Amino acid sequence: MKRYTRKTLVLEIGMILVGLLFMFPIYMLVNLALKAPGDQGAAIAPPTQPTLQNFVEAWNVGNLGSGLINSTLVTVTVVVLNVVLAASAAYPLSRLGARWSTLTYFAFLVGLLIPMQLALLPMYQTIRDLGLLGSLWGVILVSVGQGLPFSIFLYSGFMRTLPVEFEEAAALDGASAFRTFWSVVFPLLRPITGTVAILNVVWTWNDFLQPLLYLSGSQRKTITVAVYGFVGQYGAQWNLIFAGILISILPILILYFFMQRYIVQGFAGGLKG
Amino acid sequence: MAIAPAAPQVKTPVPKTRRHRGYASPVWWFVIPAATLYTFAVLVPAVRGGLFSLTDWDGVSPTWEWVGLSQYGNILNDPNGMTAVKNTLLIAAAVTIIQNVLGLLIALGVNSVIKSRTVLRVLIFAPVVITSIAVGFLWQNLLAPNGAVNLALEAVGLGALRQNWLGDPDVAIWSIIIVVVWQFVGYSMVIFLAGLQGIPEEVIEAAAIDGAGPVQRFRYVVLPMLAPAITINLMLSLIGGFKLFDQVFAMTKGGPGGATNTISTLLYTNAFQLGRFAYGAALAVVLTVFVAVASGIQYKLLSKQEG
Repeated sequence: MKRYTRKTLVLEIGMILVGLLFMFPIYMLVNLALKAPGDQGAAIAPPTQPTLQNFVEAWNVGNLGSGLINSTLVTVTVVVLNVVLAASAAYPLSRLGARWSTLTYFAFLVGLLIPMQLALLPMYQTIRDLGLLGSLWGVILVSVGQGLPFSIFLYSGFMRTLPVEFEEAAALDGASAFRTFWSVVFPLLRPITGTVAILNVVWTWNDFLQPLLYLSGSQRKTITVAVYGFVGQYGAQWNLIFAGILISILPILILYFFMQRYIVQGFAGGLKG
Repeated sequence: MAIAPAAPQVKTPVPKTRRHRGYASPVWWFVIPAATLYTFAVLVPAVRGGLFSLTDWDGVSPTWEWVGLSQYGNILNDPNGMTAVKNTLLIAAAVTIIQNVLGLLIALGVNSVIKSRTVLRVLIFAPVVITSIAVGFLWQNLLAPNGAVNLALEAVGLGALRQNWLGDPDVAIWSIIIVVVWQFVGYSMVIFLAGLQGIPEEVIEAAAIDGAGPVQRFRYVVLPMLAPAITINLMLSLIGGFKLFDQVFAMTKGGPGGATNTISTLLYTNAFQLGRFAYGAALAVVLTVFVAVASGIQYKLLSKQEG
């Protein structure tokens, strides 16, 4: 069908140039992080003597280890709770054709129109009044609650395409509604559960403003808040800062490069609904 | 609704309407945990946020008064408030246009038979998953007066284009726009790519046989079939642009002199640093109106396009 012609070659060269230009910031990020603070070479040139010293130092002074652990705890908990709550809520909402379930579904969809900023100030006070400032649970509860509308939207859309025969068969075999859901329906939802999980992992890991409000000043910081504090503290030492930034984005980048097909599909497909 | 039948095996004959009632249908209380958390974390605080905007509360004092819409009047009268609203609209509009034009061109480029297409797709999408606050700090350094961008411009003989990218109020807002486009152009690309791959090869070939040139094929065959992807992309970047916070906060903190404030950064400073809590709440309501209107338009357009 389509052949590789001379025109294709021109396009190829052009696109590679675009790609190189596009990757320049990432090159600088790695470049500076690998340079010794006293490197005499030009700023854009690669390091004369690459060193991992910046990473060691950033790790030691930036509390990045505990930031990574806290972010992992928050992300895993948020994703699990989000998946379980959204899937189990979408089940009756998409199967029972009652008026109340339609209304409840629309009430969830209203959440898609509300930017986090509107709820931000009152939520901060509630979290403070509950004594959850400085606790990962504050971030977790708020993140799960905010993520539910989109997850329920995705789950409901998917569930309407599933035939009910499996559930009927399970019921005929005497399974309870609870059992039917967990053993029959939930496993069938696996493709969309993957999408919901991927999107929530990326959003939760990268979330900054709310963790900043709920966790700054405490000992328990997520990685984004830790990096923010780190930059404030070591303002001019960019070699160190860049090493810290690289450490903070490495887990999500590794995840991306190993699962990029699913992640891209999740982002591209999660929106079509 | 139906409760799980105690002994389904004796339930004969099965009524015709069993799809909705006969089998162990999902029980309504499955929705309670999600509804509770959603009410707690979204609905109640959103309503309270709206109410706060009608008061003069500083967020701490035990006393406060209803002041009607005067906080909204304050936004109009406050030069910072108007700058933030204008910046938010400018960023959203500029990011939407630039990101989608570039995203579509890149998508067309990597939808060809070039050998580097897979690698380019993976690399260009990568910044989408990178933490926005980290992207902001990275670019803050690159765009500094002696940063890599200026050095690179000089190295290729374009030293005349040197700028104080983040320090000059007129340039800084555009620097932010470019950074946001850099980060999210891959997002537009993958959505356009999905749209392009959904166009059957035969349709384009048929147009070619009928004598349509490449430009005509794009204009009259490809573009109309991309309509849903275009709608999704436009609204996604518009809404994302409205809400922008992390990148601005990391790069300029809204400066110099408030010149790059967005609604979100101004809201943060007022509510959490200046004690102007109710004013911050009013800004949040303005932002909500922008987002809701854009979402409403998207919904209308999509339901029209998909019939």
